[in-house]
Amino acid sequence: MAVSRSPGTPALEQPIVITAFPSSAFDIRKSIRLGLIAGLILVLISAMGLVESFDDRMLIDPILSLGYVLLFLVPLLVGHIAGRLPPLLEGMPAPEHRPRDVLGGLVSGTVASILLALLVIATPVFDLRTLFINLSPTLVGLLTLNQGLASGLLLLVAIGATLGTIGSALHLLPDKWRSALVKSVTWVLGIALLQDLVLQLLRGLGLSFASRLIFTVTGGLSIPATVLIFGILLGAQLSIKTKGESLATRFARLPDSRKRRTLYAAGVLLLVVIVVLPQIVGPYISEVLDLVGLFLLMGFGLNIVVGLAGLLDLGYVAFFAVGAYTMAVLVSPSSPGFAPQLTFWLALPFVVGTAALAGILVGLPVLRMRGDYLAIVTLGFGEIARLLAQSDWLKPFLGGAQGILRIPNIPVGPIELHTPPQLFYPIAAFVALAAYTSWRLQDSRIGRAWMAMREDEDVAEAMGINIVTTKLLAFVIGAILAGFSGAIFAMKIGSVFPHSFNLIFSLTVLVIIIVGGLGSLRGVALGALVIVGLPELLREFNEFRFLFYGIILVVMMRLKPEGLLPRARRAREITEEERAQDVGMPVTATAADPGGT
Amino acid sequence: MIFFETKALQKSFGGLTAINSLDFHLEEGEIVSIIGPNGAGKTTFFNLITGFYPPDHGEILFDGHDLVGLRPSKITSLGIARTFQTVRLFANMTVLENVMVAQHSRTKSGIVGAVLQLRSFREEEQRIRDRAKDILSFFGSRLAGYRHDQPAKSLSYANRRRLEIARAMATEASLLLLDEPSAGMNPRETKEITELIGKLRDERGFTILFIEHDMRVVRGVSDRVVAMDFGIKIAEGPYSEVAQDENVIEAYLGRKET
Repeated sequence: MAVSRSPGTPALEQPIVITAFPSSAFDIRKSIRLGLIAGLILVLISAMGLVESFDDRMLIDPILSLGYVLLFLVPLLVGHIAGRLPPLLEGMPAPEHRPRDVLGGLVSGTVASILLALLVIATPVFDLRTLFINLSPTLVGLLTLNQGLASGLLLLVAIGATLGTIGSALHLLPDKWRSALVKSVTWVLGIALLQDLVLQLLRGLGLSFASRLIFTVTGGLSIPATVLIFGILLGAQLSIKTKGESLATRFARLPDSRKRRTLYAAGVLLLVVIVVLPQIVGPYISEVLDLVGLFLLMGFGLNIVVGLAGLLDLGYVAFFAVGAYTMAVLVSPSSPGFAPQLTFWLALPFVVGTAALAGILVGLPVLRMRGDYLAIVTLGFGEIARLLAQSDWLKPFLGGAQGILRIPNIPVGPIELHTPPQLFYPIAAFVALAAYTSWRLQDSRIGRAWMAMREDEDVAEAMGINIVTTKLLAFVIGAILAGFSGAIFAMKIGSVFPHSFNLIFSLTVLVIIIVGGLGSLRGVALGALVIVGLPELLREFNEFRFLFYGIILVVMMRLKPEGLLPRARRAREITEEERAQDVGMPVTATAADPGGT
Repeated sequence: MIFFETKALQKSFGGLTAINSLDFHLEEGEIVSIIGPNGAGKTTFFNLITGFYPPDHGEILFDGHDLVGLRPSKITSLGIARTFQTVRLFANMTVLENVMVAQHSRTKSGIVGAVLQLRSFREEEQRIRDRAKDILSFFGSRLAGYRHDQPAKSLSYANRRRLEIARAMATEASLLLLDEPSAGMNPRETKEITELIGKLRDERGFTILFIEHDMRVVRGVSDRVVAMDFGIKIAEGPYSEVAQDENVIEAYLGRKET
C-alpha cells in the first residue's frame, strides 16, 4: 500500500509497503510505555508531598480526599489514553473500539501502580527519605491505604489496574453516556473542590440551610449529597436533547432587529449580575474578584503590547508600579516629599500622564530592538523600576523600602469605597473601559497598523506606517492600562512598597494572556480567572502554585498552544504552522488555488 | 520638473561597491525595466530609493523632494511604493486587511475616533474598505469575493505577487517599484503579469520601474530598458538596442574570446 507523499519529494524507487498495521487500540509496548510515564508522575507527586498535603482536604467525607483523587486520576487518565485508537491513516480501514482494547488500560494502570508500589518498598530499604523529606511514614500509610505493607500494596496495584481498565473502558460507552458521565464526575469534584465558593454563593442567595445538607461539618461533600448531585447531573445530561447547534450559530440566524434586542437584553443582564455579584459572593470572594480584575486590567494592556503589536515586554510591572506610586504620592497625606493630598479622581489624570510618559521612556530606547532582545531589555526596565522605588536617591519622594502608607479610600459622592465588595465596582468599570477600548482598537486603522508591525516591521514601514509612532502608541496604551491597575491597587491595599513590584508580577500577566489566548479578549478574561482566581480559591494549591503554573504552561503549549479561548486569527496561525511542519512542506501547499495555476 | 532622478548615487557594503555613481531618471508615465545579472545591484537600488538603506552619497530626487535621509514610511507617503523580490505579505492578515493597512499614510483617524466610534472614523473605515475592494477588483477574479477574508498565506504564489502589487497600489503612490514581478510564475501567469503592468499605467496612471529577469516581460511592456552590472549602468535605451548591446551580452554571457 503506497503512502501519499508530499508533492515536492522525489519518488522513491520502491513504494512503501506496510505489511502489518495495528487493527485495534491494544499495543502492549505503547501501554507499558504509557504506564511507566504515569508511574513516574505518581512517584513524583508522592515524593513532592502533594499527596500527603492534599490528603487533609476532604472532597467526599469521609471516603475521598483530594490527595487520593490526584493519585487515582493518573491511572484513570493513562488508561484512557492507552485505550485510544491509533490515528487513522489514509487508505486503511478505520479502526474500531473492541472490548479487548481494555487490556491496554489494564496494563498501563498496573505498570503505573507497580512503580508507585516499588517506591513504597524502596523507601525504607534505600533510606530515600534523606533525599525526599516528604516520603514520610504517613505517606506510606496513605499509599498502602493503611492496610499493612503487603496487602496494602497489593490493593494499590489492584486499584491502579482497575482504574486503568475503567479509563480505557470509557471508550466503549456510547458518546452520550461517556460525556454525561465524565461531565457529572467533573462537576461533583468541582463542587467539592470549590466548597468555599459554593458555600458563599448559597449564603448570598439565602440558601444557607442547603449548605448544611450538602457539606459535612469537617469539610467535603456528604455521601448522600454526592450521590444525589451526581444522580441529578447525570439525569439532566442524559435527558437534555442537544440540538447540536451552538448559541452563536443560532444567534447569527436571528433577524437584525431581534439580534439587537437580544444583545441589549444580554447587556442589561450582565450589568445586573455585575451589580449584585459582590453582594452575593461576600467579602472573601469579592477580594478574589478584585484581584482578578486588577490582573485583567493589566492583561488587557499587555494584550495590546504583546498580542496585537507583537512587542514582548517582560518588564510590564514597571508601568503598574508607576501608576501605584503616582497615585500614592498624590493622595497620601504621609507621602514623604510632595503631598498634595488630591482625591483619587483628581489624581487619575496624572496617573495617565506619568504612565504614558513611562511608556515613552521605555519605548524610545527599545525602538530598534526585536524579539529576544526586546524581551531582555524590558526585563531590565522592570527591575530598574523596582530598584528606583527602593533607592535612597528617590527616598525623599517615594519613601524607599518603607514605601508610602496611609492612602485614603476612593470617594464616590458621600461614601468612601474601601471594602472588597465596594471596590469591585470601580475595578469592574475600569476593566469594562479597557475591554471596550481594546475591542474597538482591534479593528481600526491603529489596530491594523499594530498587526502589520507584528507581522513584518520593515514591510509595515515600507507601506507607509511610521514604526516609531505606532510602536510608542502601543507602549503608551499598554502603560496607561497598567497604570490604572496600579492606581487602584494602591487605593485597595492602602500602601505601596517597592517589593510588591517584582518580576513574578510581569510573568503572571504574561502567563494570563498566553494561557487565555494571545489577542483574544475573552481569552484574557478566562486566563485571569484561571491563573489568578483559581489558586486563591483553592488555598491547598497555594504552596504548589508555581509548580501548577509550570504544568499548566507545558500542557497548554503541547495541547492547545493557541490558548484556551483563542482569537480565530491566532488559532489559524498556529495550527497551520504546525500542520506545515508535520507534512514537511511549506504552508503554500495546504490551500490549492483552482484559478491561479 | 523632473519626475524622478538620482545623481551620482553611491553605496558600498564594506569593500563591495553595490551601486557606483549611478545617474538615473524617470519621466512621469514611463514603464522602465532594470535588467542585469545577479548581484548587479538592482535590489540595492530599490532599497536606496525606498529608504531601507542610506546612500553613501548622491542625490535621490522625486517630485521636487530630496529623499535621502527620509524614513521609508515618509517616502511611501510622498508617493513611492514597492513590492519585494521574496514576497513579503502580512501573512496572517486577510487579503482585504493587507490592502486596507497600506492606506495608513493616506488616512488619519486615531485612537479617540476608534474608541468613540465617531462619524468621521466610521466614514473613513468605509472609505478604506471600499477603496481596498476597488483595488482588488483590478485583478479580475483572481483576488475577488471569498478571497477577501482569507489569510494572505493561503493564497497561491502568483496570487501573493498580485496581492503585493495591490498593497503597493493602495498606498496611492504615483511611482511603483516592482522587484521581479514574474519570478516563480508559469508562462501563462507571466503573460498575464506583463499585461497587468501595462494596465497599471494605462488605467491607473502609475509610473513603473521594475526589475525583471524574464525577457518576455521586459520586451513586452518596457518603454526603456536599463542594464546594470557591478552597480554601474552599462546600457540604456529601447529593448531592441539594449538586447544587442555588447556590454550587456558580455555581462550575461561573458567576454567573447578573440
